[in-house]
Amino acid sequence: MASKAVSDDPDRASGQPGPHTGRTRDTPGPGTQPGKYVSAGVVGAAKILVVGPLGVGKTTLIGTVSEIKPLSTEAMMTQAGAGVDTVLTPGKTTTTVALDFGRITIDGALVLYLFGTPGQQRFLPAWRDLAKGSLGALALVDTRDLAASFDALGNLEDLGLPFAVAVNVFPGSPQYTEHELRAALDLLPDTPLVACDARNLRSSVQVLIALLGHLIDTAPPEAHGLVPPPAPAPASAPAVAPAPAPAGSTATESL
Amino acid sequence: MTDRPEDRTPSAVRPYVITRGRSDTGGEPLAWETLVMATDAAFPPSLQPEHHKILTHCQGLLSVAEVAAHLGQPPSVVQVLLSDLVAWGLIVIRPPIPPAEHTDVTMLRKVLHGLESRL
Repeated sequence: MASKAVSDDPDRASGQPGPHTGRTRDTPGPGTQPGKYVSAGVVGAAKILVVGPLGVGKTTLIGTVSEIKPLSTEAMMTQAGAGVDTVLTPGKTTTTVALDFGRITIDGALVLYLFGTPGQQRFLPAWRDLAKGSLGALALVDTRDLAASFDALGNLEDLGLPFAVAVNVFPGSPQYTEHELRAALDLLPDTPLVACDARNLRSSVQVLIALLGHLIDTAPPEAHGLVPPPAPAPASAPAVAPAPAPAGSTATESL
Repeated sequence: MTDRPEDRTPSAVRPYVITRGRSDTGGEPLAWETLVMATDAAFPPSLQPEHHKILTHCQGLLSVAEVAAHLGQPPSVVQVLLSDLVAWGLIVIRPPIPPAEHTDVTMLRKVLHGLESRL
């Protein structure tokens, strides 16, 4: 296992309480567990959503790849359940949704957060904020109940968030061909579809890699050419635009 | 996130009692993945206990979501308290990668390689 990032990274801020932090009496958990803090060299964070129905393995996958024990937080939703949830108190439309998350430090300079997000349509409002600023999403699917994933996939499409689909293979799951799954889930041809075992580190990292590969493949062309534009041309340069190529000669490989 | 209804009554949402009814951070709320850390400034004695708790948790870099989880409070509440602390100079932030760079292939490749190195 190459990933020992968690425990004894000397770079990591020590959990030692500072001079004026003696009062940890009513902190809910241990305030100084090792590996609590993000490495001090990290300059920024990115996030990926892990979406899917209840019980599909979101928290398992997050726990498998996370360098911290997955944490849980309750997002508040307002106006969310309108028309869907039964609201006992008229006028009170606030409810909470539990979100589990984990993190992976990349390269000591960047930290990636994985937020597990319940897939149901009624949680869409909670998604909007989380989805904002996400690199993309991993949609987890259980072949024993494909239909349970439809909402999550629909939400991703509505939000325009790029995603990869991972089939979390449970023992005794029905086997489908890739073609059958793509048809059932109505996936675009370029959407990655991979099988995984959310309990297995290698397998879970592989699906994240598939997602990143997809994000790179679908990045707009100019993002690939992030090479700096031609150095400031001498002022005398007659034309800025590249010489038009003779028609036909540069016809890009048509398929 | 920007168009929260302003007419919500504080009493409808119990946790907001600790933000004195405020659900608005006065600007764009900190994203969940924004990293925060306490500064070296001495804590003013008048700090509310919840502010104080945040500072004791933030002796190193943590995301807003982690602070919320450690505190057992919804992120929306922690966002308000953190904004106070930022305004008072008690918390510094490292903002997330800006959306404009999300399709920056160099950054994406870095993430990809970082993941590959965990295999």
